[in-house]
Amino acid sequence: MKKSWILFLPLAIMGLLFGGFIYRLTTPADTMIQSQWIDKPMPLFDLPPAADGVEGLKSSQLADGQPRLVNIFASWCIPCRAEAPQLEALARAGVRIDGIAVRDRPQDVADFFREYGNPFERVGSDMQSSVQIALGSSGVPETFIIDGKGIIREQHQGVILDHHVPEILAKLEALK
Amino acid sequence: MIAELGLAMLWIAAALACLSLIAGALFLRSGKAELAAVIRPAAVAMGALTSLSFLFLIWLFVRSDMSVELVARNSNSLKPMIFKIAGTWGNHEGSMLLWLAILCLSGALVAIFEKRLREDTLIATLTAQAALSLGFFAFLLFSSNPFNRLPVAPPDGQGLNPLLQDIGLAFHPPTLYVGYVGLSVAFSFAVGALITREVGPAFARAMRPWVLGSWIFLTLGITAGSYWAYYELGWGGWWFWDPVENVSLVPWLAGAALLHSVSVTATRNALRAWTVMLAVIGFSMSMVGTFIVRSGLLTSVHSFAVDPQRGAFLLVLMAIYIGGALTLFALRAGAVAEGKKFALMSREGSLVINNLLLTTILALVLLGTLYPIVAEAMGEKISVGPPYYNRVAGPIALVLCVVMVMGPLLNWRRDDGKKLWGRLPLGILAGAVILFGLVLFGGSVGILPLLGMTVAAFVAVLSLAPLWGRNLRRTPLPTWGMVVAHFGVAICLAGMGAETAFIKEKLVAASPGDVVKVGQYRVEFAGVSPVAGPNYTALKARLVAVTPSGERYVMYPESRMFPGLMGTSPTETNEAALLTRPGGQLYAVLGVPVPSADGAPDRYQLRLWWKPLVWWIWLGGGLIALGGFLSLVGRAQFLTVWRARRARKAEERFA
Repeated sequence: MKKSWILFLPLAIMGLLFGGFIYRLTTPADTMIQSQWIDKPMPLFDLPPAADGVEGLKSSQLADGQPRLVNIFASWCIPCRAEAPQLEALARAGVRIDGIAVRDRPQDVADFFREYGNPFERVGSDMQSSVQIALGSSGVPETFIIDGKGIIREQHQGVILDHHVPEILAKLEALK
Repeated sequence: MIAELGLAMLWIAAALACLSLIAGALFLRSGKAELAAVIRPAAVAMGALTSLSFLFLIWLFVRSDMSVELVARNSNSLKPMIFKIAGTWGNHEGSMLLWLAILCLSGALVAIFEKRLREDTLIATLTAQAALSLGFFAFLLFSSNPFNRLPVAPPDGQGLNPLLQDIGLAFHPPTLYVGYVGLSVAFSFAVGALITREVGPAFARAMRPWVLGSWIFLTLGITAGSYWAYYELGWGGWWFWDPVENVSLVPWLAGAALLHSVSVTATRNALRAWTVMLAVIGFSMSMVGTFIVRSGLLTSVHSFAVDPQRGAFLLVLMAIYIGGALTLFALRAGAVAEGKKFALMSREGSLVINNLLLTTILALVLLGTLYPIVAEAMGEKISVGPPYYNRVAGPIALVLCVVMVMGPLLNWRRDDGKKLWGRLPLGILAGAVILFGLVLFGGSVGILPLLGMTVAAFVAVLSLAPLWGRNLRRTPLPTWGMVVAHFGVAICLAGMGAETAFIKEKLVAASPGDVVKVGQYRVEFAGVSPVAGPNYTALKARLVAVTPSGERYVMYPESRMFPGLMGTSPTETNEAALLTRPGGQLYAVLGVPVPSADGAPDRYQLRLWWKPLVWWIWLGGGLIALGGFLSLVGRAQFLTVWRARRARKAEERFA
């Protein structure tokens, strides 16, 4: 009977398996997919202006010593309209925000700004979603917090609500 | 009243299960035969009661009795009758009742027909079966009662997921269930034999038909499921390595391994502990599979009915059953011993290799399926996809196929390999011809499909080798079964290889009148017309496919829209149009209309595939199941009795 411990091996494997199951049942799956670029520098890009009269956006412009926000939006995105007042409030508080308009037409972006305001310093046009995909963003709206060296520090998925505004301000303050 | 009667029958059956468990346990302790007398009748009664209860549930669905919650949630009075009936098991509660009915019915069959096994082992087996069913009775009655009434009946029901309104799917789950539950009998036999320490040829012979039968149903279920996914989901693939597909494959692999090892135990009284272990694994994997599907543990296209609460209940049940069986195994298997010895170069030896390869594939598939959970526990999010499975399981499966056809050419116990070496060259020749043909004329074929088709040719030729030089009329049916099943593997493999290597795909936005070329076919887009079905509306395209030789065939792919019923959201499904030709299938899907800005004629997304030999995959699956069926019939008791009687009569005539 010297090999008898081997007979307990299946039981042990089952124990491990069930441990995994219990873990998964008690901690339900987090279905939010976070960007893999957090704490990494912005991927390189150079986007043309998204509408007449605004400036385009280059990744090299993001590392100018000041933390800032990069907001991914589109004129066709309804939640982006709901987010506009909060972005406006952040801009009034002195936060520097750049925008990336995804799959949008210049005329539509201009109309969007006329109706909901333009809180952005620069707005790049990402016709093929290539920058959005490179950033690991999975939808609109999304907001990235970038530090002064151009490194992505945080990703905010979905609409920025009223109560997010002070949180974002505090995070930007901490990065200064 | 029907619902209440159905529920009452379930409670009575549960009480009988409880009684059997107690009586069985007392008998095994004290050996008092009076106690055991109750067990066979109780098993038969349980089978009858649960089956009747399930029939009552079907009746409720047929009558569209909307005062029953399950019917109101899953059916609709406008649905075609066949889908009303199929709706009975197209949901969690109904499918659990079906599961339980099959479980109790198979217990009843064991109780009625099993005469060869020692009585105490049989009682232990039926007790184990009663213990299994008791847990599932508790699960059904306490957390998923199918007969629950609504306080106020709604005017009509919410309908069934339109994807599931398909004739293929009406029979896919019950088929798999029969397979899963058949393995539960093997599990109970293994537990029974461990309890009475009677692990030997008699036990293996009693268990074998159940393993074989359930394996046939698993094969059919997986084959049908694969074909359903192929034509109903409209993605044109036949296997996605989706978690739910994997958890149906894992018991099949365990069943295939068990099927071969149980034969070794039955014929040669060897591999005893291993056979018991596989019997435990087989049903454990069925339960784990059900648990994964039902608990929403993994994200999958199959997540139709998900509820974490029920998941916890199932987990506790599984922990008791699997943990109990494995503990029993750990304590008793040392006493079972391995049985008779044999040389590596023998049929047993090749079956051992086959078993090890099958269990390796099983472990790899299971690992890939569950790895995302492990990775997430470590704080990483990944998904495991086809590249992993194809790369790790593919090569092993090919080696397995090669060993598979060599084993039958060896004798039991030991062999000098004379027969094997004599017949091997022809197989190698067939493989070499295909390999060189493909390399020279096939263009750029991936390494795995290339090897797949090569091995398929090798296997096809050598799988027939056991028949060479034999009188075909006197060859026993189980041998025929083996040959047919192994040949089916070759056909299946060839289909997979050819489809992967030579598939042609076209995705276009076409206007009526356009001509699309795919492979050697010209497809003319004749037009689109609206259609009204019994419970949906649809766009139907008319495509004319012209073969290279000029024959014309009309295809009608549809894009169906099911309206939301009673507050559910509307759903779209694609009905692919298939044109089956000797060389493969043309597969057409009609997608969404493409809006045109400048008033040009409307364009539609059309997706066309030419899939060479694709139907061989399911033909192969069917042959594998047919082979299993032939073996099962060949070993059936009544046939043996009949043959013996005929032989005796013939002798009497000569006397």
